[in-house]
Parts: sequence; C-alpha cells; structure tokens
Amino acid sequence: MSKLAGKTAIITGASRGIGAEIARKFAADGAKVVVNYSGSQEKAEAVVADIQANGGEAIAVKANVSDAESVKAMVDETMKTFGSVDILVNNAGITRDNLMMRMKDDEWDDVININLKGVFICTKAVTRQMMKQRAGRIVNIASIVGVMGNAGQANYVASKAGVIGLTKTTARELASRGITANAVAPGFITTDMTDQLTDEVQKAMLGQIPLNRFGAPEDVAKAALFLASDDASYMTGQTLHLDGGMVM
Amino acid sequence: MSTVLDRVTKVIVDRLGVEESEVKLEASFTGDLGADSLDVVELVMELEDEFDMEISDEDAENMATVGDAVTYIEKKQA
Repeated sequence: MSKLAGKTAIITGASRGIGAEIARKFAADGAKVVVNYSGSQEKAEAVVADIQANGGEAIAVKANVSDAESVKAMVDETMKTFGSVDILVNNAGITRDNLMMRMKDDEWDDVININLKGVFICTKAVTRQMMKQRAGRIVNIASIVGVMGNAGQANYVASKAGVIGLTKTTARELASRGITANAVAPGFITTDMTDQLTDEVQKAMLGQIPLNRFGAPEDVAKAALFLASDDASYMTGQTLHLDGGMVM
Repeated sequence: MSTVLDRVTKVIVDRLGVEESEVKLEASFTGDLGADSLDVVELVMELEDEFDMEISDEDAENMATVGDAVTYIEKKQA
C-alpha cells in the first residue's frame, strides 16, 4: 500500500476531524505530509507524532488559509523540507450557522473567507510549483449541502457551492499542465462538528440518509486518497458525493 | 556573459517550442509566438527564475512583446 510514495501533500485544517484522518491516511500510503493548522498546535503536533510513530513523514505548519502571505510561507517551508508539492487537500473549514434573517455580515464573511477564499489562496499558492512539475493533484473538500442547500447555513452552503464551481474552473485552467482538481462532497460525517448537534437533529438527519447511518472521516479520507492517487488520473473537475445516498 | 535578449530568447524557445529566429523584439507572445494566456503566466514565472527577480502581476500584464520583457528586465537590473 503505497499509492502516494514519494509525493508531498499539504492538507489544510489537518489538526482534527476529516483533515487529520486524511493526513494519517496519506502518510500511511507513503506521502510526506504537511499538517496545516491555524489554532490547534497541540492537536496538529499530535497528528504528526502519530504519523511518525507509524513510520511516516510529517511536519506541522501553522498558516491561516485566508491570508496569502501566511500560505506562501507554508508552501515555501514545504518546498524547503520536502522539495516538492504534489498534492493539495483544501480541507480547512468553519461553520457559523444562523438563519439568514439573523445572520450577521461577519458570520457570512468569516465563513466565506476561510472556506472559499482559503481554497482560492491555497490553490494559487501551489499552482506555480505544480505547473513547473507538470503534475499535481488538488482535492477540495466541499459538502453535500453545497449541492442541496441547507436551512440555517447560508454562508456555509454558499462557500461549499463556490468550492465546487472553483474546482471545475481550476480543473479547466490547469488540465493542460497535468494538474487535476476534484472535490469530495461529504454528507453527515461524525466529527467534533456534528457531535454538537442534538439527538433530535441527528435523528432527523438519519431519516434523509438512504444508508441510514452517518459516515466516518475514514470514508472521506479513502475518497480523497483515490482522487490524489494515479488511480484517478483520468478524472478532473468532478465532485464525489459521499453521503450515504442523500443526493442522487 | 550572454545578453538579456539571449537569455530571454532561450527561455521563450524552451517554453513555447518556437524557432530562435522567430523571437524578435517586436514579436508578441500571444499573436506571433502562439502562446496562450497560461503560457504567458508560465513564461513570466520562468523569467523570474532566470533573472532572480519578482515581476508583479501588473507589470506582467503590460508585457506583450519580447521587447517589452527585455526592456523591463534591463531597466529593473540597472
């Protein structure tokens, strides 16, 4: 099992949840991993230690994905440490849920800045290197609500729908340089984010899922691994729905 | 020591696969040398590496011909 042997992968927001799982998965498959975090240094370092304990290579790098300078510094550090950037997983994301009628401008702005502008900034930052290499894989973590909409998440939904559109444009602009861009749209995945939901809400959600269970971060990591590997070399601009059948 | 024009020409020939004789000062990247917009972006990136300088996006947008690039680089090096 070494589908990513010799590759370097930057994974944003990798200190916990889906991002941490992707980091572990990629490292287990041979990738040298940059575990990006913005606030949770200890958790990011724990992910790195975990990877190293299993014989993998990883470093933790702090960067705010919505700040171009800090992202550039992360890419520079990646190049200095590992010598290439082959894979970017745009995973960092936040929620600031509220009904649209009550949503404050800064709740809107915060989510769009991290979830959508962050993808733009990180993609732009690795593109130069990937163009030179004539190869690269960009995997964006969107969300199924970006496809179907969701009451109470106007900002999050707009950001994730934006990511799906950005994925298609990235795919078209960079295809001639051997760079692919695809997205994963997870449904309800059990993480810190979903654990905060009430039992009632969780039950209502299950009712919408034909497979009648929530997904695990591992499910998303497997799909991301596929998209980052040579197995997906003829696929670009696509969004994989990992949602137990919610949207068909 | 090769001139700025020699070095720019080499980068263009390598990147765009054109003949050296086609790389004239008045030749435009997109019109005469068959570059698409992404080729121009890459060309600027390689010129940055070749001459170890940063070319801002605004300046890059004003570079339409080989002569534009050579003049810009010579001015910046002076």
